[in-house]
Amino acid sequence: MMVKRTKIAVLSAAAAGLVMSGYAFALPEGVDTVQVTATAKDHPLDEIYSGWHFRTPETQALQQDDFENPGFLWVEQGAELWETVDGSEQKSCASCHEDAADTMATAGAQMPKWNEALGKPVNLEQQINLCRSERMGAKPWKWESSELLSMTAFVRNQSRGTPVEVQIGGPMTPWFEKGKDLYNTRVGQLDLACVNCHQGYYGQSIRADRLSQGQSNGFPTYRLKWQKIGSLHRRFKGCMDQVRAEPYKVGSDEFLALELYVNWRGQGLPVEAPAVRQ
Amino acid sequence: MGHIHTAGFCLAIFLGTVTATANAATIEPQDVVIRDAEVEASLTGSPGDPVEGSKWFKSRKLGNCLACHGNRDQIGEPFHGDIGPPLDGVADRYSEGELRAILVNAKSVFGPETIMPGFYRVFDGQRVREEFQGKPVLTATQVEDVIAYLKTLKEE
Repeated sequence: MMVKRTKIAVLSAAAAGLVMSGYAFALPEGVDTVQVTATAKDHPLDEIYSGWHFRTPETQALQQDDFENPGFLWVEQGAELWETVDGSEQKSCASCHEDAADTMATAGAQMPKWNEALGKPVNLEQQINLCRSERMGAKPWKWESSELLSMTAFVRNQSRGTPVEVQIGGPMTPWFEKGKDLYNTRVGQLDLACVNCHQGYYGQSIRADRLSQGQSNGFPTYRLKWQKIGSLHRRFKGCMDQVRAEPYKVGSDEFLALELYVNWRGQGLPVEAPAVRQ
Repeated sequence: MGHIHTAGFCLAIFLGTVTATANAATIEPQDVVIRDAEVEASLTGSPGDPVEGSKWFKSRKLGNCLACHGNRDQIGEPFHGDIGPPLDGVADRYSEGELRAILVNAKSVFGPETIMPGFYRVFDGQRVREEFQGKPVLTATQVEDVIAYLKTLKEE
């Protein structure tokens, strides 16, 4: 499968102090910037910003050019895996889902989604592994393995530009409430909750790190600090480590609930995967 | 090489024992009394060392006050945070007892919503990582060192 890349000719870099806007990729009507007005009911913020907004012009430019963006190494590997037959059923992803550009154009913006059979929500990583074990008769990939990161990056990239839209009603509600609770609960020796930094102080600096709103629309994200792409759950873990708390496990119900809530906080932001961050 | 390491290790233990004995009067985190947003007496019974305090102020591993507060006195250090107010002239704004209360438990002075961590508190539960369990961020001596340093930050 070919990966379509975009190279931007001109970055609409505004003068210092002004919001830089303009993605290299096409956005649907009504979504034209990294900053959107919070539309979700009872949203604690008036305006929501992609993490892109808080990074240096150099890091922003690295993301904007698909040929320079190192996250595309994983997207390309994902494209190959999409066509690769694996497991007892002798199927690839493409056997059922055909052209990902069509079939995955919105899926990446709508996870986690309720799974009736499991009686719980599943996120993109978990859905990929469910497809492998249930439909392909293949072994699930490990969290943060090169394969799972690649496939997640590839699928999310097909949804690039699509506004994030997760369901929080019905059976999802208790998971949403649990995520909200985790977001607001102080943890660790430093006694900090997500809300303290990412709602109260975004745009301001902790030493060399400029705080973002902690939005998830760019994940999986290539982090310069990691020198590779990583999952949202890995990022959650990093934050918990920094406040000297015992992190939950990647793929745990706690991080799944938190992912749902954090995605909801970014409702309306276009998917950017693979984003480049500090 | 191995011998030197062993010797250094023994010396560290020896010094640690001496320090512990010298600080027999140290008030434990759970015993600190904050009254009217002040902690009057030194946590160790003696004044801190401002030179040491200056180190804890900028150390990323310890106090790291600079993570959130600007400080003209340490202008040579890169990346001053701006989460909290700059601490230039902080000694003119707060008494020693107030500074001690803020350092021990900022919530007791600024209210429960403040982002500033307490540096001499111990938490039960709330998933404190194993290596930090039962320990405050700074020792009593380090808190006193930082207070001694903060007291030097006066407006010219």
